Order: sequence, then C-alpha cells, then structure tokens
Amino acid sequence: MGLRMTTPWRALNDASIGSLPAQLGVYEIADHDQTIVKIGFAGGNEPFGIRTALERELESGGVFFRHEFTHGYLTRWQELLMVYRADHGILPFDNRQDAGSLGRLSPGAA
Amino acid sequence: MDLTLSDEQQLIVETVRRFVRDEIVPLEADLDPDAGALHPDDHDRLVDKTRKMGFFGLDIPAEFGGPGIDVTTRALMAIEMSQHRAGLYNPCYGTFGGAGLAQLYEATEEQKEQYLYPALRGVKKGCFALTEPSGGSDPARAIQTRGHQDGDEWVLNGAKLYISNADKADFALVFARTSEDPGRNGVTAFIVDTDTPGFHVRRVVHTLRSTHYATELQFEDMRVPAGNVLGEVNHGFAIANDRLSRQRIPYAAGCLGAAIKAQQMAIDWAKSRSTFGSLLAEKQMIQAMIVDNEIDIRHARYTILDAAQKADRGERFRTEAAMAKLVASEASSRVVDRAIQIHGGVGVTKDLPLERWYRELRIRRIGEGPSEVQRLIIGRELLGISAF
Repeated sequence: MGLRMTTPWRALNDASIGSLPAQLGVYEIADHDQTIVKIGFAGGNEPFGIRTALERELESGGVFFRHEFTHGYLTRWQELLMVYRADHGILPFDNRQDAGSLGRLSPGAA
Repeated sequence: MDLTLSDEQQLIVETVRRFVRDEIVPLEADLDPDAGALHPDDHDRLVDKTRKMGFFGLDIPAEFGGPGIDVTTRALMAIEMSQHRAGLYNPCYGTFGGAGLAQLYEATEEQKEQYLYPALRGVKKGCFALTEPSGGSDPARAIQTRGHQDGDEWVLNGAKLYISNADKADFALVFARTSEDPGRNGVTAFIVDTDTPGFHVRRVVHTLRSTHYATELQFEDMRVPAGNVLGEVNHGFAIANDRLSRQRIPYAAGCLGAAIKAQQMAIDWAKSRSTFGSLLAEKQMIQAMIVDNEIDIRHARYTILDAAQKADRGERFRTEAAMAKLVASEASSRVVDRAIQIHGGVGVTKDLPLERWYRELRIRRIGEGPSEVQRLIIGRELLGISAF
C-alpha cells in the first residue's frame, strides 16, 4: 500500500458497486475530469461495508470511484486526506468539514 | 496490603462508574466501532461535567492546579474509566483532561510559560519523540539522531519512528545524541516547535490500533535555540523518572478495566447462551476459563494497588510499577482472549468491543516499555545484577 491510492478508477453506478464484496475500506470519488471531490471510508457500522457507503455516494454527483479494502479504515482515511492536502494545499471539496481534526504531513513528491 | 476502599474512594469509584455507564457508553452506540473521539459538542459538554465534579486534569500535580488525587485513587479511577469500547487508549475520550508531558514539570520557568502552561490550558499540544528506526526498548544506545551546538543554537539531524500525535502537535520533546558517549550520558532532551524548518512528519505508520496512527519524523538541519534544552545537556534521560514510573500504574489499571468488563460480558453470555442442551455456564471448560479470568484479574489488581500504595507512602515503587505494568497488560490480554473464546463467533465481530480490546491490548504489552524490559527491571531488583 503506497501513500496515495493508485487503484484504477471505475464508473460510479449500481452495477460497479453491486460487484464489490461487503468489506470495510476507504474510497475516493471523482468528477468527470477524475478530479477527486471526496475521500471517504466504510466503517464498522455499514451494513454491507463499502457497498453501502458507495450507494450513498450515488446521490453525490460523483462520476468515478476507486477503493482499497482495509480494517484500518480510519487511519488510512486520515492519511489519504493529509497526503491530498500536502499535494494540493487544500482538501477535496466535500471534505472541507474534516479539516479540524487533521494533522500535517510532508510526505515528499508523488 | 489493605484493599479496603475508604468512603471517599468508594464514592469516587461509583461516581466514575456512573459517568461511564450514563454518559460515555450511550454515545458509543452511535459511533464507528473504531472511533477515537466524541463529537466536539459532546466532548465539551462532558468536560464541563468533569470540571464540576473536580476531576479534570487528573494527572496534573496539585502544585500546577490539578486535583491532587493520590496514586491509589487515580488507579481505581483508571480501572473504571477504561470500561467502554474506546477505553484502553481513550479512557472517557479524554474528558477527564490530560497532564501534558511529565518531563515539562522539570522545565525552566520560561519553558513552562511557553510550553507547559499552554498545554495544561489545552492551547498547545505536545508529542514525545524518543524511539528511532534503530530501536525503542533501549533508546539510550539506539539513538542516532545527532545534535551539535552552533553558537546559540543546536542543529539536529536524524529520524524518529512510531511517534504519536506528531502531525497534530505544536511542539515535540526530541531526544538526540550530543556527545561521543554511546549510552545514557550522551543524550540531550530538546523542546522543538513543530513549525521549525527541518521538522518533517514523513509518513503515517498504521498499526493494530486502527483508530490511531503513529508517525515517522525526519529532522534535516533543524535549528533549535539553546534555551530549548530541557534539563542538562547530555543528561536528557535523568528527567522525571519518578513521574514516568508513576504513569505506569494508571496505564496498568486501564488494562485491568477492560479485562473486568470483558469478564462481566463473558459471564453474562455464558449464563444466557445454550449449546448441546445446557447453558455455557454449566460446561466445565467454560467455568474453567471464567475462573482463570478471575485469577488473572485479581492478580493484576493486587499488583496495581501494591505499587500505588507504595507510591502514596513515599516508598520506592519502580519495581512494583514495572510488575503492575507487566502483570496487568499480560493478564488482561489473556482475559480478553478467553472472553472472545467464550463468546464464539460474535466475539470477533465489531458488534462487541472485545475484538478492539484484543488488538489494543496486544500493543499494551509493548508500549510504556515491553514486558521483557519490565522483567529486567524486576530481575535487577531481586538479584542485584543488571541483565540489561
């Protein structure tokens, strides 16, 4: 697992989501240009793990998603947010409310 | 050893127990099972309560405005405070306040003004940067971070590993080798502002503790004012040893609290779950596990209270604190393991807190000095020979 998520983008639709196993993990949502608009996680309270979390994202207007399965979803989610902020100077649009509890990372170039 | 609680201690224990039951556990029902924090509004509301109860800042010495609770009562409180899902590493989600870094109580007045008092007010956060990629259990010899003096400043270069909260801290307590002495007498403690050029948090280190990561730090020609040396140059390890030994006692008590709760859950489950036509509680193998749990719990409780009472009497307690940490972390791990076994499949799910305690207790056998180091401390006392 690298610092940045590198799994391939997939179309955010019912068919793609339905093919996923019901596991815990983290995901990124992107727009038409594959610009990341949200970094999220599927935690232990989701009835069907990442499937349930991504089903909610269908209403968000996102076009693509990519994901990683991990039981360390909270720390991996924070790591992805910190790396994104280190790379871009700001958080993804839909994560602006998550800035308060976030640390600072200087991970070096991608 | 007298294990009878005074009336005041009994009242405090019951108050904390009610707080956990009525305020903390209901909130956890709506949190992610791995959550490490409450919603800020809930946190602030509960801090108001602990302040009114006179329990805020439990570990702050009385001379610095803390409530002045003795070590035994503090241990009894810690046993209660950890009896919820996040309780091992986030007892009551920090609503009883923190103590800051113990070493800062030995700082100069100027350093206290700049770092300790803001930390006690919750304005600044600190982190403790000791362990390096070359090792953690024997830091005096493992430290390779180097510092050399350049006029009124020290220049530090090196790396630190498994450092908690460095990415969120305003300052770090950094230990670096400052002489050719390869051991304890060549290491200096520095207070470093984390916005100092050359201070880098390079990566997150994921662990079994999935709610909280550690970090890896890198120092590149990091210049620290000479006034930020904590204690004496080359004697960084001599700072606050007594306070650090004292911290091992509530650390051990926190382990025990999780074990007590796991044992209650195991008993309740065994008395309600039937297999092969009878209750689990009626099976000899289940009873044996519950008995073994109780022996482990009482053993841990005795060692914790023995260490705490010696500390309160002003006697030497370093060996007893080591024994309490060793026994409580290992015994509590066994208790939670057996409680999972009694529960069967549901024991390893996130529906119950047992799996989280199981993972986090594994870390407790390493954190604050691993079991092997605690045994070395105890062995040195018994034999008069250091096997370090």
